[in-house]
Amino acid sequence: MKQYFHSVTLDTEKCKGCTNCIKHCPTEAIRVRDGKAKIINERCIDCGECIKVCPYHAKKAITDDFSRIFDFKYKIALVAPSMYLQFKNKPDINAILTGIKALGFDEVFEVARAAELVTEATRKFIKEGDYAKPLISSACPAIIRLIRIKFPSLVPNVVPILAPIELGAWLAKEKAIIETGIKPNEIGAFFITPCAAKVTCTYSPIGVESSLVDGCISMKELYLRLLPVLKHLKNPEQLATAQLEGISWANNGGESSALESEHHISVDGIWNVIKVLEELENETLDDIDFVEASACVGGCVGGPLTVENSFVATTRISSILDNTTLSPSIYGWSDDIYNASRWKVPLKFEQVMKLDDNLEQAMAKLERIEEIYEGLPQLDCGSCGAPSCKALAEDIIRGYAVETDCVFKLRERVKKLAAEMLLLEGKSSGKNE
Amino acid sequence: MSNNIALHYDIDGKDFTMAGEASSSIKKVLGQLGISPDIIRRVAISVYEAEMNCVIHAGGGFADVVINPEKICITVSDNGPGIPDVELAMKEGYSTAPNSIRQLGFGAGMGLPNIKNYTDEIKIKTNVGKGTSVEMVIYIAGKQPNI
Repeated sequence: MKQYFHSVTLDTEKCKGCTNCIKHCPTEAIRVRDGKAKIINERCIDCGECIKVCPYHAKKAITDDFSRIFDFKYKIALVAPSMYLQFKNKPDINAILTGIKALGFDEVFEVARAAELVTEATRKFIKEGDYAKPLISSACPAIIRLIRIKFPSLVPNVVPILAPIELGAWLAKEKAIIETGIKPNEIGAFFITPCAAKVTCTYSPIGVESSLVDGCISMKELYLRLLPVLKHLKNPEQLATAQLEGISWANNGGESSALESEHHISVDGIWNVIKVLEELENETLDDIDFVEASACVGGCVGGPLTVENSFVATTRISSILDNTTLSPSIYGWSDDIYNASRWKVPLKFEQVMKLDDNLEQAMAKLERIEEIYEGLPQLDCGSCGAPSCKALAEDIIRGYAVETDCVFKLRERVKKLAAEMLLLEGKSSGKNE
Repeated sequence: MSNNIALHYDIDGKDFTMAGEASSSIKKVLGQLGISPDIIRRVAISVYEAEMNCVIHAGGGFADVVINPEKICITVSDNGPGIPDVELAMKEGYSTAPNSIRQLGFGAGMGLPNIKNYTDEIKIKTNVGKGTSVEMVIYIAGKQPNI
């Protein structure tokens, strides 16, 4: 396995080398070099901000090709609750699930079911009482990666419980093994994903050594395949079992309301999350027990691979309640589920911003950065391809850039050279006379 | 090549939503130096508390940070009213913050006591009517010498 896999990638053909993405990246992970954007792998958290801001659609999320499901004998679709909210009419969950199944899956599994169990597990975890306060939800992988590289002191606060997708893949596969007798490696679980961050999780998982999710299919792509099927669908199967508690995880705020925690906040949008995490690090939000944080505005419904406007999608949650005949749940709560839901691999801080392993060397480099920065125009124009003058100064010291990448510095140099040439020219013509 | 880094920050006294700027830039610098998360956290909280004090009581001031391979020294100074009774000010829960500040949830009398908890050394120099400077030292990698 590659050390850094990222779902967020660049379509070099479409990239114009403008500065939109470098300016909007929350971890300063993008540079424009040789006229094209480049992602610094160890800093990218797959939040998808660049996908959202790129006016040329050059940033994209790599997802698995739909045909990959046919590599497996038994195919399971893991359907995120945000999928239910993508359709213009009142969401009929049974119809949506039946439609997805008709696309070629043997089984559909509602991730909302797993979300309910994650809520239950989180409640139990809170009851056990052995944790750093306030707890931070582990549902959004982009936020976990953000904490891992930028907020080291908050690493112990992240709830060490698997995201609903991962637990869902385990439950669905266990069920398939028992019911069909098919070998585990012949069962494929595919997540219908609203975002890039979750795609990355199947290759570089959080909390487990290797993910049970075999691939991710873009929600947008599946939506297009599903529309014609839904048009002609008659007599949908009774497949919906998730309750509103799990389905509401699609929205920001859903997870905390399911937890019934009194002192919780739900924050959405990566920049808002960063602000709150800063305050948590300064211990200024000490009366809060639980922080639900999603990188996308609105929560998962705001993901870069969704179809519907996230604000519209959010309002549809209420109509789900009176529209669907929810059958009783199939999974009872048990210690086995609790054990399966716990992280097997702890979260570790990654010092990606470190300038040097040796402290004194790092200090010398930092000093040089300050010196270079002082000489730069400090306009943060981005023309050099770095998001700010500070970032350029850092890149120069790291050996990724030179001072004349700065257009102002270049102009200065050209002026100086021109003056010198004029002087030289004067000297040589003087000799010839 | 010198072996210390000096940083200077002005603390704006008019707007206390801006308090925390020095703390967050220092955090960034310490991250670049590869300082351990625990130490970064202690420095960040201490600087933040001192910044808040500066804003609430003294109408602003400045923070000076000197980092060398052994320790991080932070001095937050102001030209405010000074502290008449330092011993009392160091007591948890003792506060002279005005009501307007307390209503916002600040001024709980935990500023200086918190700084004391999170730093290895704290020295307060204060002159009533002239100002206060809080000198804090945090040792890197537990290099605290026996004094």
